[in-house]
Amino acid sequence: MATVVLPRSLVALFPGAERRVGVEGSTVDEVIDALDARWPGMRDRICVPGPALREYINVFVDTRPADLQTPVPPLGVVHVLPAVAGGATAG
Amino acid sequence: MDRRVLVLIGTKKGAFILEGGADRDAPWRLRGPLCEGWPINHVCQDAATGRLYAGGGNPWFGAAVWRSDDLGETWTHSSEGLNYGLDASPLRSVWHLTPAHGALYAGVEPAGLFRSSDGGLTWAHVEGLREHPSRPDWKPGNGGLICHTIIAHPDDPERMWVGISAVGCFATENGGRTWEARNRGVRVDFMPDKYPETGQCVHKMALASGMPDRLYQQNHCGTYRSDDGGRSWICLDDGLPSTFGFPMVAHPRDPDTAFTVPLNGDDRGRFVPDARMAVWRTSDGGASWRALRDGLPQEQAYLGVLREAMAVDDLDPFGVYVGTSTGQVFASRDEGEHWARIADLLPPVYSVEAAVVAA
Repeated sequence: MATVVLPRSLVALFPGAERRVGVEGSTVDEVIDALDARWPGMRDRICVPGPALREYINVFVDTRPADLQTPVPPLGVVHVLPAVAGGATAG
Repeated sequence: MDRRVLVLIGTKKGAFILEGGADRDAPWRLRGPLCEGWPINHVCQDAATGRLYAGGGNPWFGAAVWRSDDLGETWTHSSEGLNYGLDASPLRSVWHLTPAHGALYAGVEPAGLFRSSDGGLTWAHVEGLREHPSRPDWKPGNGGLICHTIIAHPDDPERMWVGISAVGCFATENGGRTWEARNRGVRVDFMPDKYPETGQCVHKMALASGMPDRLYQQNHCGTYRSDDGGRSWICLDDGLPSTFGFPMVAHPRDPDTAFTVPLNGDDRGRFVPDARMAVWRTSDGGASWRALRDGLPQEQAYLGVLREAMAVDDLDPFGVYVGTSTGQVFASRDEGEHWARIADLLPPVYSVEAAVVAA
């Protein structure tokens, strides 16, 4: 089971969601599926149709930059992080 | 029945709610920031259900519609179905929400229209609008290519108008299957052809009460009225200090009365003229206008009022509410004659609506 670390700003959108969660999944895409099954709608916050990661959402697997196809080892750690960029309109 | 007024405010950094008595006198209690501090372009109430909705977009997490079943105490959000699929850019933001005839409509960026029949939980694209033949020529305004106005016919669920910047007014009379551009008489100062079929930078439209073929429009290039459902427009600029402004609001009962807030021009800072704030009211269908200033800042007011940031309630006399780009909210409880500042130091205000609820 992989460990996913989620940002506060994402967890805040889903009542009961946790910052650090164990999920099954052999790729980033499958991990996000598992998150969405647990907290419906979370995929829409991380991905756009395609699917692809949102422009200002970064994902790392065991600290290396990843995309949806990146494999996730059984004991891997997946970080989902909002980019530092992207806040231009947030001021 | 005792009542209270909720002023629903969308800002650059979340939604806020000002809550006051039906006398609309101080004090007003402020709640917020709501919706996790997302940029919120519009907050409204569905009078049929009492539910509140907020539309916006977060630069990291995309567009969504927020919903509250307890007058803003708690919120959930959804964007299920709120996308164009694989063949178009992801939605950046929700710009406007209109509850009507048991449904909820959302205008979005990039410009398009979505419909929810389950209170905003899931959404379906109203595809006919983006199938209009003018679609390849749609160009964004300064705020982007946005569908920012949705007006439902009060009686006929098949009829609706939308406003898209910088494309113009469109109308459907068959529930959204097909749309007709309705911009005749609306000027486009920034194009060689001043009166094209589309390309108008409509900023806001409002439906006159009791006359469902009368619309008022504040445009980038003038102020207008239509008496034929938008098929033709007459210019109402005479008597106003500027042809440029954003909001347009109609009287809740009198079809001859409407309000706008002219700014000093699109290339002059977009402030209220002479840094003196005024809401302008017509009581004769736009033949003449009067500035309402009592209680509004009359010096060093380097502020603007955005397209969604003015509203009326439906009390008698009705109240008028205006939010500014510099974070103030002003309210009048006597139809615009006198004003009081009811909030200050908010983030830039994107939208204001008023809801009258049970105390």
